[in-house]
Amino acid sequence: MKTWDAIVIGAGHNGLVNACYLQRAGLDVLVVEKNDWIGGAATSRSLTPGFLYSNCSYVCSLFRPEIMRDLELPRFGLQVISYEGGAVFTRDGDYLANYRDHHAHRREFARFSARDAEAYDRYARDVTRQCRFIQPLLMRTAPDPTSFRPRDIGELIYLGKKFAGLGAAEMADTLRFWTMSISDFLDEHFETDVIKANFALSGIIGTALGPMSPGTAYVLLHHYMGEVDGSVGAWGYARGGMGAVTKALADSFRASGGTIRASAEVEQVLVKNGKARGLVLAGGEEIFGKLVVSNADVKRTFLKLVEEKELPDTFLRRVKNFKMRGSSGKVNIALDSMPEFPALPKDSPCYRGDMHFTDSVERMERGYDDWKAGRWSADPFLDMMMPTMLDPTMAPPGKHFMSCFVQYCPPKVEGRDWTDADRDAFAETVISQIANYSPGFRDRIVHMEVRTPRELEAEVGLTEGNIFQGELTFDQLLFNRPVPGYAQYRSPIDGLYICGSSTHPGGGVMGAPGRNAANEILRDLSQPTKHMSPAHDVI
Amino acid sequence: MTSFDAIVIGGGHNGLTAAATLAKSGRKVLVLEAASEIGGAARTEEFAPGFRAAPAHLLNRLHPEVVKTLELERHGLALGPIAPSVALSRDDKPLTLHGAYGESLSGASASEAAAWQELRAQLLRYAGILKPLLARRPPELGNMSLMETSAFAMTGLSLRRLGKEDMRDFLRMLLMNVSDVADEHLDDDRLKGLLAFDATLGSHLGPRSPTSLLGLYYRLAGEFGRQPGAQALPAGGMGAVVAAILRAAKAAGVSIRADAPVARILAEKGRAAGVALDSGEEIRARTVVSAINPHSTFLDLVGTREIDTGFVRRIKNIRMKGDAAKLHLALDRPPEFSGVDAAGHRGRLVIAPSSDHVERAFNPAKYGEFSPEPVMEITLPSLSDPTLAPDGACVLSAVVQYAPYALKEGWEAGKPKFLAAIMARLELYAPGIGRLVRHAELLTPADLEARYRMPGGHWHHGELQADQMMMSRPAFGAAGYDTPVEGLFLCGAGSHPGGGVSGVPGLNAARRIIEMRG
Repeated sequence: MKTWDAIVIGAGHNGLVNACYLQRAGLDVLVVEKNDWIGGAATSRSLTPGFLYSNCSYVCSLFRPEIMRDLELPRFGLQVISYEGGAVFTRDGDYLANYRDHHAHRREFARFSARDAEAYDRYARDVTRQCRFIQPLLMRTAPDPTSFRPRDIGELIYLGKKFAGLGAAEMADTLRFWTMSISDFLDEHFETDVIKANFALSGIIGTALGPMSPGTAYVLLHHYMGEVDGSVGAWGYARGGMGAVTKALADSFRASGGTIRASAEVEQVLVKNGKARGLVLAGGEEIFGKLVVSNADVKRTFLKLVEEKELPDTFLRRVKNFKMRGSSGKVNIALDSMPEFPALPKDSPCYRGDMHFTDSVERMERGYDDWKAGRWSADPFLDMMMPTMLDPTMAPPGKHFMSCFVQYCPPKVEGRDWTDADRDAFAETVISQIANYSPGFRDRIVHMEVRTPRELEAEVGLTEGNIFQGELTFDQLLFNRPVPGYAQYRSPIDGLYICGSSTHPGGGVMGAPGRNAANEILRDLSQPTKHMSPAHDVI
Repeated sequence: MTSFDAIVIGGGHNGLTAAATLAKSGRKVLVLEAASEIGGAARTEEFAPGFRAAPAHLLNRLHPEVVKTLELERHGLALGPIAPSVALSRDDKPLTLHGAYGESLSGASASEAAAWQELRAQLLRYAGILKPLLARRPPELGNMSLMETSAFAMTGLSLRRLGKEDMRDFLRMLLMNVSDVADEHLDDDRLKGLLAFDATLGSHLGPRSPTSLLGLYYRLAGEFGRQPGAQALPAGGMGAVVAAILRAAKAAGVSIRADAPVARILAEKGRAAGVALDSGEEIRARTVVSAINPHSTFLDLVGTREIDTGFVRRIKNIRMKGDAAKLHLALDRPPEFSGVDAAGHRGRLVIAPSSDHVERAFNPAKYGEFSPEPVMEITLPSLSDPTLAPDGACVLSAVVQYAPYALKEGWEAGKPKFLAAIMARLELYAPGIGRLVRHAELLTPADLEARYRMPGGHWHHGELQADQMMMSRPAFGAAGYDTPVEGLFLCGAGSHPGGGVSGVPGLNAARRIIEMRG
């Protein structure tokens, strides 16, 4: 019977990134995927004829350029197209436009407030400075602060030096920034509601926090530190939908000799004498491997795939305490024609990016209050876009695919499980939010897919529908992610690794967890890592 | 005209502590108080004929160093017994925390009591790690002296001494929200509600807000009678504590002038040279120490022309809109809280039925509305000190949240409504209390601001949240008590470590001045 060098559970982007790096290091790697399609939450699916949906993740910004180069993803067909604009519609029939060009953007702000236009330069500088500080940490393994090993101490010293290198005043700003709420941070810069709302959204996307919660300024950073074509903070579409990312990864993986098995659901990780030996699939088939890497979230991996008796109590307690409450839903819509938004000029570049309807931070925060009470937001925040404005491959000519990310949406409805009726009511809330700004919108809908945390969990395996495989709060970042003592992609079981978004640096289609895990695995195997280009330090 | 070495602006407990400490070092010190009485928000005042109370009503963090340095016991500081905390409940019997923050519980199940002891020990252990950091001057960013570095190293060492797993939990929990921590350990809503309330008291946070656990650590880092987490109702009210500090100051030779509001801090070539009073009188001194709010100190008294714009912006950015109101009731006789025994009535009674309830009470405050079902901590100080009320009558003193400083409808319209909401809550837990009320005084943050000259009505002189603590308190450039204006120092609650009757900012500032030969 064949024994693989490594078996990766889950063909999501991090699993594939990990597999690619291992395979390229000369290992014989198998990826198993429970669905009959690959990609996990980064996928393009055709659910109605002629249309392709990016049905979970919908935007490409965080994906690390180093990984893209190392794995030659452009050669395997990945192409990222930057947003050309964006807009926030206001309740009074106006809108705030987002332009890629800093100066055009600034002029737009001046339409609302001269003071805010002035402040924009300072804001952009402050945020970029924070990005510069954090970006190099993404592709490093977090040190264990309780360890005396030279490598951990060296890494702590690196962090300390990097911090000290900021200079006293910037150190002070950084310290404050990390624990602030995005709302307070924006209040220090801007005075106009809609401008604050426009920036606040990045502080809450995918997070079970409101914009007034401390720590959301960091979440903003998490969404800003990405880049498209070297342009920091830029967001873009993957041509052909987000599945193009994982398709390119899969093709790159296969081209280097890797094997992927779809429709292969893992039931258990085989553990013998405290060491991982392979997998048991649903149906009983056993697959053997010298090591197992799980791209499933930390709860699914250790509470479902591994027997409790194999794990120390402290570890189990911490895994159980890991917070991964889902906070968002998704509505994917096929439209038979271009919807009208009377507020926007017909050929505005704002259609070629993301559009929002939440024009104040208070409305966002009230949406969060609903979530805390176990309800979806009555006035939801939508990150809405039509990728087909820039990428005609996703819908028939003249028709459009619309992606609506919806926040907030709780994992349970007032403490009970979601029902189909709840899901329909949730969809109705979303559609009417759009229809308020787009007359005749309902009549253009050809097909719709509604995804609540229930669907996200059932289909993609994200526990409680948390899109980041775990909340991005201080207690779950850096050396605390996923749990203290195991932030270095290893687990209490010898030969069992984790490489998903539950690990440092967290969620988003970034690929960093998958690569970092591969780096640790190859170290353990004393294999060279020359095929990993060094993480770049300067933006 | 007499000249002074140092002038202290503000005669609250921190100003007096700084003044007394400086005077003990041989300096000639003058304290200027704007009001006609000394004591700031810790002074006991008559709010109805024969009824007296102070905004601060519980003693839980007066620092032993302050007691020792100023010899407060010799100056008449009398400490009462440790007071219990009672978590009131409508459907259940109340749950009581006895001793120092719940050394034992009554009214809880055996398993809950066991879980509590474990959590309590953990919280006290972690608060103990933070305690030295909260007691000393915060380290200077980018320029740590050997002393400071070694102090930090000591904290690191005490962390290591916790053992690996405990240290990991400490680092994980440091910036967590109190609600999740409580949920991880406890089941009882009354207990969780109490923790949620204590963690968020005095700040613009709900129990679900990340970092809210810090509020609980801040409380548990305080001590009373050498017992961490313990609290007491001081004999004679909080005014008696201030009186003891005042006596210590006078004994050390401090001159005190009430009714002397300061109009300006005189700055000459970037250096403080004295103050000008509202009356126009100028008093010169080499050192000026401000115990009042940093915002007022720099923007009103120094003036933006004397400081660079970056620093002005940092000062302007300090968040200091209070959320806590203070209620004083003059009652015909002591009220009876359902299910609470006599000892409980002499303690602290808390209405915060669950963590979720506290969170829901917080929600409206974010939008400039008061809580329709407020949470509160209640004491009946006249039960311990009968001099505070006429014979047989009773004073009820309560801190009530959430009452946002900038109420959208304005406090003139909102105050009667909020008082009605509070009385409705009280009636649920002490039926019939409404009929006992002879007089009610509700101090909203707007009232506290006007009466005690605390901008935003914030008793910490600035939000006590992670981004405004330690080296960021009150703002970078002034976190070590000395400021960009040479000869001008800060010594109030707006400075590290923050508010509460601790005396630490005052003591630390004085020590810093002495160290800098100011």
